Amino acid sequence: MPKNPRVVLLLIIILTLAAVYINIPKVKIFGIEVAHPRLNLQNFQRDLEPKLGLDLAGGVQLDMSADMANIEEKDHQSAIESAKNIIESRINSLGVAESNVQVAKSAGKYRLIIEIPGITDVDSAVSIVKKTAHLEFRTLKADAPPEATLSALPENFQSSTLTGGDLKLAQAAPTQASQSIKDPGYVVNLQFTEEGAQKLEQITTDNLQLPMAMFLDLEPISWPPPIIQSIISDGNAQITGSFTADEARELAIQLNAGALPLPLTIERQTRIGPTIGQEAIDKSIVATALGIVSVAIFMIAYYRILGVFAVAALLIYSLVVFAVFKIIPVTLTLAGIAGFILSIGMAVDANVLIFERIKEELRTGSPKHDAFFTGFDRAWTSIRDSNVSSLITTAILFNFGSGSVRGFALTLAIGILISMFSAITITRNFLRVFWVGKI
Amino acid sequence: MNIIKYKNWFFAFSLALIIPGVIALATFGLKLGIDFSGGTLWEVRISEGRTINNQDFQNFLNQEGAQVSSATNTAENSILVRMRTVDENQINQIRKKVNEQFGSVEDLRLETVGPTISKELTNKAVLAVFLATVAIVFYVTWAFRTVPAPTSSIAFGFCTIFALLHDILVVVAVFAVLGRFFNVEVDTLFITALLTVIGFSVHDSIVVFDRIRENLKKHKEQNFESVVNNSLLETMARSLNTSLTAIFVLMALLLFGGASIKIFVLALLVGIITGTYSSIFTAAPLPKEIRSKNLPLDY
Repeated sequence: MPKNPRVVLLLIIILTLAAVYINIPKVKIFGIEVAHPRLNLQNFQRDLEPKLGLDLAGGVQLDMSADMANIEEKDHQSAIESAKNIIESRINSLGVAESNVQVAKSAGKYRLIIEIPGITDVDSAVSIVKKTAHLEFRTLKADAPPEATLSALPENFQSSTLTGGDLKLAQAAPTQASQSIKDPGYVVNLQFTEEGAQKLEQITTDNLQLPMAMFLDLEPISWPPPIIQSIISDGNAQITGSFTADEARELAIQLNAGALPLPLTIERQTRIGPTIGQEAIDKSIVATALGIVSVAIFMIAYYRILGVFAVAALLIYSLVVFAVFKIIPVTLTLAGIAGFILSIGMAVDANVLIFERIKEELRTGSPKHDAFFTGFDRAWTSIRDSNVSSLITTAILFNFGSGSVRGFALTLAIGILISMFSAITITRNFLRVFWVGKI
Repeated sequence: MNIIKYKNWFFAFSLALIIPGVIALATFGLKLGIDFSGGTLWEVRISEGRTINNQDFQNFLNQEGAQVSSATNTAENSILVRMRTVDENQINQIRKKVNEQFGSVEDLRLETVGPTISKELTNKAVLAVFLATVAIVFYVTWAFRTVPAPTSSIAFGFCTIFALLHDILVVVAVFAVLGRFFNVEVDTLFITALLTVIGFSVHDSIVVFDRIRENLKKHKEQNFESVVNNSLLETMARSLNTSLTAIFVLMALLLFGGASIKIFVLALLVGIITGTYSSIFTAAPLPKEIRSKNLPLDY
């Protein structure tokens, strides 16, 4: 940190301008479109749009338990991953911007927590999520044109007797080193049930050297389809192709969604209509503004000139916190906004501590600049120790809760951390430059 | 002013709040929201220009097979219904009937919590409050490990426990009363408020403790009682001002903020007020109390 207070002041101004730039909403001023920038770094891309949670954007959250009764213990992880994966792709097909699917495990039970903010047609979203995955293996139609063997279209295929129910498990595996395969890549091994093995033998006999396609929820996966190389009678098939590890894993997950279908039960559901969300946003903006204004009036009325500096620091604080919310990005909920507003009160606390101390020192007859230094030095331990206690509770809250509780814990924690910087560094610098005078 | 001299009055005031509070809690209990009890919350808005009597609406739903425990008007043309857990199909059927009977209604909110989740949330909530209390007490004991005689960091730790229990009891008791007379329910956000109150209550105590620590080092000639008293007086303005700013922002939220967090904000507000009180009057006099039992003639 540079020692020269004027240099620090310059840095603070730059920080403030950067925060303002990030926070600019998309608006038109005198016909000119103004907007915040996008962050486009290599591994760090942010559109810097404020992310709104369920209670602000409207939408649905589903908490669903997975029934693992028919699935062997060792396959539990693959089954839940497949379910997650397929639900994600189904939701994406609805054209929703910010959905989130999480796997939660507690007391040995698996659950999927699905959030789809901003969706209006909740009913169809719920039914699309609840649907059990349907996997089928398809073979070429008899009337398919001959060239279809090599460049088949999805519509050239018809359902076979073989479905996801006949598949036991799909697993990605590295290619066995052998003379025939020089390129070390990945394959997907398929293990069929006894009944499935019989069907597979029949199909491979009838369609030797022809393609066999796999359709999940009526959409083809792994296109172009693999060609049946030999008659398979033991129920163990292998899909080869120049798969990378990720591609093979992805295909195995998709196949397992059909092989290990998980009946899902809705344990908890929260739906918020779009109107209630917009009302909540409007109210939150009013409440935040009023909160800041009332604190500002109090600080200036009570601490006069010192209060003015604290309020300036508070405004910079608010701008920086909101910019950080956009950068991380933090999904804002009503409770999250409450956490932010509460942290405004806390941010002032540090200044109150310091100012009370400075006033005390001035009363005992210390010169202005001694009072200034003692005030900041002595208040620091109180500020640090007391904020740590709040951070401890936010950490516990973050681990205990989900949704709103997490949102609150996160915004409060971010607020506390940034306030320790703003209330001390920023206010201190303002006072040094504008209040203490030449030392 | 000598706060320490009147400490028994402050203790008495706290007890006067807590004893009836505990009795209220024991008799009324807390009114549990669907997070902890399981169930369905359904808020609907009837199209403009129509009004529905909430009692009629409740009767209608009960006829259709829902088990409604309450239906209250949240606005002129919207109703919040609490009922036993219903599943997807049941609610769709009920909605259809409601549409036929009352004209098209808009779903404002639908929340359903099944028994598995509510049980899990209850366990987690109890665990979280317990963990937070223990963690904070350990932290305070550790943070004040260098405090000079005649007090000790253990004494500060003890004070923190008393202050925390005091604040938790007051908030919970207030909500037991609110639940009994105003149907206010506690949910996961209430627990969140409780934990936040725990954090902030200690906030205040730490500032006082910190000053006691500093003054003990600086004014070795003073007796312990007056050091504690002076430290309290010196930090009083700060405690009140900080609480005032927090109260301002919370009032703004309570009066103008979103409807679904009003109860949460109210819990925070009650907690911050009692937290400020406890840190000034309950927490700080205690080191001397504990200490005086051990070595009564030392100061």
